[in-house]
Amino acid sequence: MSRFFATRAGVWSGFGAAALVLFGAAPLLLSGFRLGLLAQFLCYAIVAVGIGLAWGRGGMLTLGQGVFFGMGAYLMAMHMKMADAEFRNGHGAVPDFMELAGIRELPAYWVPFASPVFTIAMILVLPTGFAVLLGFAVFKRRVKGAYFAILSQALAGAFAILLIGQQSMGGFNGLSRFRYFFGYNLDDAVNQQMLYFIAAGVLLVVVAVALQLRRSRYGELLVAVRDAEERVRFLGYDAANIKVVAYAAAALFAAVAGAIFVPVVGIISPASIGIVPSIMFILGVAIGGRASLVGPVVGALAVAWAQTALSEQFPSAWTYAQGLLFIVVIALLPGGIASVAALTKRFQAKSATVEAAA
Amino acid sequence: MTTALTCTNIHVDFDGFKAVNGVDLTLDRGEVHFLIGPNGAGKTTLVDAVTGLAKYSGSVVKDGVELRGKKVHHIARRGIGRTFQTATVFEQLTVAQNLDIAAGAGRSPWSLLRRRTVLPDNVVAVLEQIGLAGQAQTPAGILAHGQKQWLEIGMLLVGDADVLLLDEPIAGMGHEERDTTGRLLHEIAETRAVAVVEHDMDFMRAFASRVTVLHAGAVLASGSVDEVSNDPRVQEVYLGASHEQEAIDAATA
Ligand SMILES: Nc1ncnc2c1ncn2[C@@H]1O[C@H](COP(=O)(O)OP(=O)(O)O)[C@@H](O)[C@H]1O
Ligand SMILES: [Mg+2]
Repeated sequence: MSRFFATRAGVWSGFGAAALVLFGAAPLLLSGFRLGLLAQFLCYAIVAVGIGLAWGRGGMLTLGQGVFFGMGAYLMAMHMKMADAEFRNGHGAVPDFMELAGIRELPAYWVPFASPVFTIAMILVLPTGFAVLLGFAVFKRRVKGAYFAILSQALAGAFAILLIGQQSMGGFNGLSRFRYFFGYNLDDAVNQQMLYFIAAGVLLVVVAVALQLRRSRYGELLVAVRDAEERVRFLGYDAANIKVVAYAAAALFAAVAGAIFVPVVGIISPASIGIVPSIMFILGVAIGGRASLVGPVVGALAVAWAQTALSEQFPSAWTYAQGLLFIVVIALLPGGIASVAALTKRFQAKSATVEAAA
Repeated sequence: MTTALTCTNIHVDFDGFKAVNGVDLTLDRGEVHFLIGPNGAGKTTLVDAVTGLAKYSGSVVKDGVELRGKKVHHIARRGIGRTFQTATVFEQLTVAQNLDIAAGAGRSPWSLLRRRTVLPDNVVAVLEQIGLAGQAQTPAGILAHGQKQWLEIGMLLVGDADVLLLDEPIAGMGHEERDTTGRLLHEIAETRAVAVVEHDMDFMRAFASRVTVLHAGAVLASGSVDEVSNDPRVQEVYLGASHEQEAIDAATA
C-alpha cells in the first residue's frame, strides 16, 4: 500500500481523496461551528507539516514553533485591528483595545499594517527571515540535539512574555474582536466557510511542498545530515545551510498557519503561542509519526480533537494525559501512528516465519 | 609523480598532551602510502588535522594552497577525502543515494530542489568499480561491513577527491575482501594520492608503495617496505613487538 502511494498515480489519488474529504464531505456533513473547529485544527496541521520536515527529516527538535506561529498570527491580527478601526473611525484611527488602554496615538510600527499587501508580505518574510538568521547563528555554531530544543523552547517562552508586557500589542489578553477579514464580514457564515476552504487549500499546498522537498535531492541530503552530520561536512557540504532551509520552511508554514488561525478563531493571545502550545504542536507530530509525510497531519488533528473533547469534560486531567501520551509514544512507538502498519507487517512476517519453523 | 599534499611540522596538542609532535609527510599521486604505528601513535589525529577536524600548528599545502584554518567542508571541496575508523555511511539511504549525495557537493540550489531522475555517469561507473552495482538500491545500513567500507571509498571517488585518507579501511575484512580492497586502492592511486592508516603488516607488505611509521606522535621512519622493515628502531617499537607476539603465539600453540 505504501508502495502505491509512492507512485505518481498514488500521489494524485492521495491528494484527490484528501481534497474530496476536505472540500466535499466535511462542509456537507459538519455544522458551521464544527467546520470552524476543523479549520482551527487544520491550522495546527499546517504547523505540523513543517515540524515533520524540520524534526522528522532534519532531526531538529523544534520545540518553539509557537514563535513563528505567533508572529504570523500577530501580524495578521494587527492588520485586521487596523482595518476595523479605519472602518469605524476613518483613516489613521486607533484600534479599540488601544483606546481602552489609554493609547491615543497610533504607534509608528502599526501604521504600515493598514496595507493588506504589506501585511501579507511581512507574514511571508519576517518569521522566515528571523528563522534564517537564528538558524545560521545556531547551526553554524553546531548547536544541536537537546541544546537546540531547549533554546527554541526558551525562545517561545520569552516571546510570549515579551508580548504580555506590550500594551500596544494587547498585552495578556491579546488581540480579539475582529469584524473584517480583507473586507469580508466575519459574522457571515459564508465567509467563515471561505476561511475553512483557505485553511484546507493551504494545508494541501503545504503538504505538496513538503512532498517535493522530501523527494528532491535536497530531501535525501537532509536525511543524511540528520543521521550523520559530520560525514556530510567531510563530503564538502556546509551542513548548516542544509538545516537552515528546512528550519525556515517550517517557520514559514507555522507563520502562514498563524495568519489563518486569527480570522478563523477570532483571537490571538500570548497563551496561544508560548511553551504549552509549542509542545502541543510537537506532541501531534510525535503521535502521528514525525518522519512520515501525512503522519504529522493526522497526529495534529487527533491531538487537537482530543484536547477539545477531553478538556471540556476533564480540564485538569488533559494536561497530564498530554504529558503521559508524549512519554508513551516516544518510549514505545517512536515512529508514531504512521509506523503501526509497518510494525504489524513485521510482526506478521515474524509469526509467519515462526509458524514455518514450527 | 606529482606531489599532491605536503604536511610540514604538524603539531596537535590536546590540553598539553602532544598527540602529533612535529610530523612531516608528503603524499604523491600514483602511490599507496601506508601510515603505520602502534595504537595511540597519532595516525588518526594526523588525519583529523589535515581534514580540519583537529586544530594544529604547522602547514598543510595541497597543490600550492595552504589548508590550515580552512573549514572542514572547504577542505573537502579542495579534493581531500577521508574515511573513518568506523565506517560511516548514511544507513537510511540506498547505496545509490549515498553516492549521489557524495557526488553533489557542487550542485546548485535549484538542482537540489528537484528529483534525481537518472544516476550521474560517475556514480554508475563507481558502483561498478567498488563492486556494488548489484546493490545500488539496497539501504546502506544492511550492507556487509566490508561493503560499507567500499561504499565509503566510492563516495570519495564520485566526489572527485584526489587525496584520499583512509583510516583502517580493511578492519574486519576477510582475506579475499582484503585483496580486493588492495587492488582497488592501487587502481584508485593511478591518478590520485592515497594514504592508508593500517595495523595489518601482511596487508601493508602486499600493497604499500611507501610506508611512514609513526610512534608517539613523531615520524620514526619513512621509505619503501624493505627500508622500513629493516630499520632497527622500527623493529624495536613495532615490528619487534609483533614478532615477539608471533613467538609467543608459536610457543603457546
Ligand atoms: N580528542 C582527544 N582529546 C585528547 N586526547 C586525544 C584525543 N584524540 C586522541 N587523543 C589521544 O591522542 C593519541 C593519539 O590518538 P590517535 O591519533 O587516535 O592514535 P592512532 O590512530 O594512531 O591509534 C592517543 O593517546 C589518544 O588517546
Ligand atoms: Mg586510529
